[in-house]
Amino acid sequence: MFRLMFTAIAFYIFAAVTLLSGIMVVTAKNPVHSVLFLILAFFNAAGLFVLLGAEFIAMILVIVYVGAVAVLFLFVVMMLDISFADLRKGAMQYVPLGLITGGILLFELITIFSVWKFAGSASDNIASKTPDAAEITNTEALGQILYTDYVFAFQVSGLILLIAMIGAIVLTHRKRPGVRKQNVADQQARTRDEAMEIQKVTPRTGV
Amino acid sequence: MIEIWNIYGMQTLFMLMHIGILIGVLMGAVAYYTYLERKVMGAMQRRQGPMMVGPFGLLQPIADGVKLLSKETIIPAQANGPVFVIAPMLTFTLAMVAWAVIPVSAKLVLADINVGILYLFAISSMGVYGVIMAGWASNSKYAFLGGLRSASQMVSYEVSMGLVIVCVLLCVGSLNLTQIVVVERPFWVEVMLFPMFIVFLISILAETNRAPFDLPEGESEITGGFMVEYSAMTFALFFLGEYANMILMSAMTVLLFMGGWLPPFGIEALAIVPGVIWFILKTVLIMFFFVWARATFPRYRYDQLMRLGWKVFLPFTLFWVVVVSGSLIYFDALP
Repeated sequence: MFRLMFTAIAFYIFAAVTLLSGIMVVTAKNPVHSVLFLILAFFNAAGLFVLLGAEFIAMILVIVYVGAVAVLFLFVVMMLDISFADLRKGAMQYVPLGLITGGILLFELITIFSVWKFAGSASDNIASKTPDAAEITNTEALGQILYTDYVFAFQVSGLILLIAMIGAIVLTHRKRPGVRKQNVADQQARTRDEAMEIQKVTPRTGV
Repeated sequence: MIEIWNIYGMQTLFMLMHIGILIGVLMGAVAYYTYLERKVMGAMQRRQGPMMVGPFGLLQPIADGVKLLSKETIIPAQANGPVFVIAPMLTFTLAMVAWAVIPVSAKLVLADINVGILYLFAISSMGVYGVIMAGWASNSKYAFLGGLRSASQMVSYEVSMGLVIVCVLLCVGSLNLTQIVVVERPFWVEVMLFPMFIVFLISILAETNRAPFDLPEGESEITGGFMVEYSAMTFALFFLGEYANMILMSAMTVLLFMGGWLPPFGIEALAIVPGVIWFILKTVLIMFFFVWARATFPRYRYDQLMRLGWKVFLPFTLFWVVVVSGSLIYFDALP
């Protein structure tokens, strides 16, 4: 019983911090502070995953989002000199659009959860059933789903990402003429004979 | 009430004691790591190293600590106050928190979690924030340049470190650190992992911003990098964090490649020495490597550093992941 209470306390702390930092992301005056709060939100979401027993997803969330994506984000925001006051000027006109998007998302979430609640057998019909958490670690369970049950879908999504990456590189890569670049192989391949020449200098004549 | 105390109170108390001892030992280790560094570098450069405070200069780290604590903490007027103060705290906290999952011997581990290695990787990938926040909040050119350098450097080398860890995990079949040490690997697997060991050793130098990859500090060009505006207590926290991180990375190398607390080379007779001793000895060996590299190699140029990370280590480790997994399947040695 106490175990449950501790879990509940931890849940409310993590959830409250996640929500608060989410609000701060939107309202903070300084864009860098916004990103830092976003990172805090990610981190607390990872905490919530740990409480659910999904420790693998929690760690991956920290490694991928906190450790890599948000770093690049912070990098860009720090380099750019954005005045948030200017950005905010016309922000109010987007409120209806935001409300509609949020409303649709909320409705869909309610639908999903009510299906789980009222038609418990619905989840038995999916091709790969959620295994019992006591029998198998969630790393293994995820591996089974990704690499065994849905391996082709996984491969296809990997290929799409690869194409997107190559596309981004092709679009931004440009060949500029006249740029001098260091070629390490050339430097290493230089021999003494081609790099220097020894001349006998006779006095008072110069080279 | 007494029941609750028996179940949870004792456990909590025991855990708090464990944490206290761990942090105490770690602080001592960090303090004397600086002493070891200065003595070893002294010996390598034919100097004495610290020798005035106490016998053989043994009290020097304590004197340094007292000095740092008693100085005034200066926060620059143009700095971004909260972020400026949080940055060193974050670095220090992360360096301490990571130790929770390190198994010092077969039984001695604070949290024996399923995804221990991922936890370590996650915590060490967050270490970049302390640096980048310090660089930005100082509101100084040098600090900012140092922060940017460090961010890209740590992100770059994390990629190859991740792939090295994947190689080891393929041979072990578990993310639990205790399992990684305990699972026996055949000799040919060890041989196959040796190049990854070298890559990992070089990557941890870059990941902890140590010489020859200490460009974020680069005192000859950007004076002190991200730490340039920090003084007294805030500086001390960075310093402690950096050294605790180095010890952590050494411990990680020992766990992944050198058999943790097990006696070296699997010699049974050496098992009479407690595992903790072996673990400490092996960790000190890697810690010595950090100092050795610092005293030996000149600093890399920044583009060379990036070239090494992205054009040498990344393709090589990626190729090696394929080699390792391929041969494990071919020889039917998957765990």
